[in-house]
Amino acid sequence: MLVNHFLENSAQRLPEKVCLVFKDKRFTYAEIDKVSNQLAHTLIELGIKRGDRVAIYIENSPEVVISLFGILKAGAIFSVLNPLIKPRKLQYILNNCQASCLVTHTTKLSALLEIINTLPHLKSIILAGDKKEIELKNKTIIFWEDITSYPKTQPSSKCIDQDLATIIYTSGSTGEPKGVMFTHHGMVSAATSIIQYLENVESDIILDVLPLSFDYGLYQVLMAFKIGARVVLDRPFSYPYPVIELMLKEKITGFPGVPTIFAFLLSLENIQKYNFDFVRYVTNTAAALPPAFIPKLQKLFPNAKIYSMYGLTECKRVSYLPPKDLEKKPTSVGIPMPNTEVYIVNEKGEKVRPGEVGELVVRGSNLMRGYWGDPEATEKVLRPCPYPGEKVLYTGDLFKIDEDGYLYFVGRKDDMIKSRGERISPKEIENVLYELKGVKEAAVIGVPDQLLGQVIKAFIVTKDSIKLTEKDVIKHCTKHLEYFMVPKYVEFRSSLPKTSTGKIKKTELE
Amino acid sequence: MKNNIEQKIRDFIRDNFLMGEDDGNLSSNDSLLEKGIIDSVGILELVSFLEETFDIKVQDEELVPENLDSIAFIVNYIQHKKPELRG
Repeated sequence: MLVNHFLENSAQRLPEKVCLVFKDKRFTYAEIDKVSNQLAHTLIELGIKRGDRVAIYIENSPEVVISLFGILKAGAIFSVLNPLIKPRKLQYILNNCQASCLVTHTTKLSALLEIINTLPHLKSIILAGDKKEIELKNKTIIFWEDITSYPKTQPSSKCIDQDLATIIYTSGSTGEPKGVMFTHHGMVSAATSIIQYLENVESDIILDVLPLSFDYGLYQVLMAFKIGARVVLDRPFSYPYPVIELMLKEKITGFPGVPTIFAFLLSLENIQKYNFDFVRYVTNTAAALPPAFIPKLQKLFPNAKIYSMYGLTECKRVSYLPPKDLEKKPTSVGIPMPNTEVYIVNEKGEKVRPGEVGELVVRGSNLMRGYWGDPEATEKVLRPCPYPGEKVLYTGDLFKIDEDGYLYFVGRKDDMIKSRGERISPKEIENVLYELKGVKEAAVIGVPDQLLGQVIKAFIVTKDSIKLTEKDVIKHCTKHLEYFMVPKYVEFRSSLPKTSTGKIKKTELE
Repeated sequence: MKNNIEQKIRDFIRDNFLMGEDDGNLSSNDSLLEKGIIDSVGILELVSFLEETFDIKVQDEELVPENLDSIAFIVNYIQHKKPELRG
């Protein structure tokens, strides 16, 4: 099975069913299938071939959903980029995966134009938004509204499920983003397992107020389309009332969230006056659900099963806590999801006993294929195991397991920071800090935060005679980094603790 | 008065969220969400700031983009809550 079959099968079976709601627009399976066919023909005519990379750089919108299926139908590989990334990172990613086409929106043009002359692989741009006069040297531009002139029929594709379907960019320890590659098979496998434990059914109406560049947001669409359900999509959660209204109006049955979303809802004084009886399940991932939230969420959503889950981009999802165990083991992230197996190993690679801390290792057909163009980094995390010919994923996450086999997250093996569910490389932030005039030394660590998991703290030693303020540092970071990577705290020191080899000793910073 | 309110709000946004460039680039009508300046955590911080600085209580129902998603909206909202601050 291929990921685009999710849409094609449902369009065949339920053509008139509304599968996607976005603001005041409602799309049926047949409509989404038709437009994504047209987009696929557009791409094919632009010269896109099986295995080519096409990036999507647009805010959450139906265009993202249509694009990703259209790209797959053309036999190509899609990559949904965070619409908030800055030009420098956009340039890095487009060149790293050698994207030959970019689907974007006129509101993103100014960011793109800054780097347009440094993208040798990019041949064409599909532009959503208002049509306007624009000419770019050596790039073909097609406007979104013009794709409707292409054939509505399904293009023929030779893809098999071992072909790559997507590349998801995530922060890498070297400071540059890494492209996590998934085959169709890997994605179908992950979606199938998650649908199984959430007991998703065709009548589900799933709210999606998470970024589609985040695998958690992306899979809501994929899973719903696989089973013929409906997705209610909006921009990432910000103001609570429009979302509450949307939930009530659409009678959503599935509510995937993260702790910051739940915190905002639970902070509203009169939230309990709303009746959310129709919500069948609530899921949490990205950071642990604070135990204090559990009874409040249960009261707000009286008929909902609450799932606490854990995963990492490299295998999409690892585990879930069966809702019946939530009260008993509120700090556990549960048991491996169906068709996945895990074990914990110590420094010597030996399996540890319950209660002992070690690195979590994951087995399953949901694992990534590797990092795009980086076999060395791939080898470090996908390693041989006792099962002949198989590779397993070394997560870099430290875990322990209890006597009943339930998993508990302890921390990171390296110094990577986990904030808002994003893995953040201190090195990437430090690289940016070192570019600021006056910075002699910089070290970045994560400090605990109840809602975000961790937040970022930067330690800075300035060069003599140069005076820097916290404001200068944050301003500089905001210019070059996405907001979730900008330090929350900045501390100036006269020196930083060092190891005997002169490396900064981060374990002594707090 | 209006300029005074606007300046306080601009200072707060510049110091806490920042656009990375001078806030001169931020027009009074720009959407703070669309520009990637603020997110749900930022909204809560903005609300505490407004409550403290202007001595108001932001009601749950008032937590909507029409009141808070641009500098102009925030100025209008504050003036509506505190008519004595109208210029």
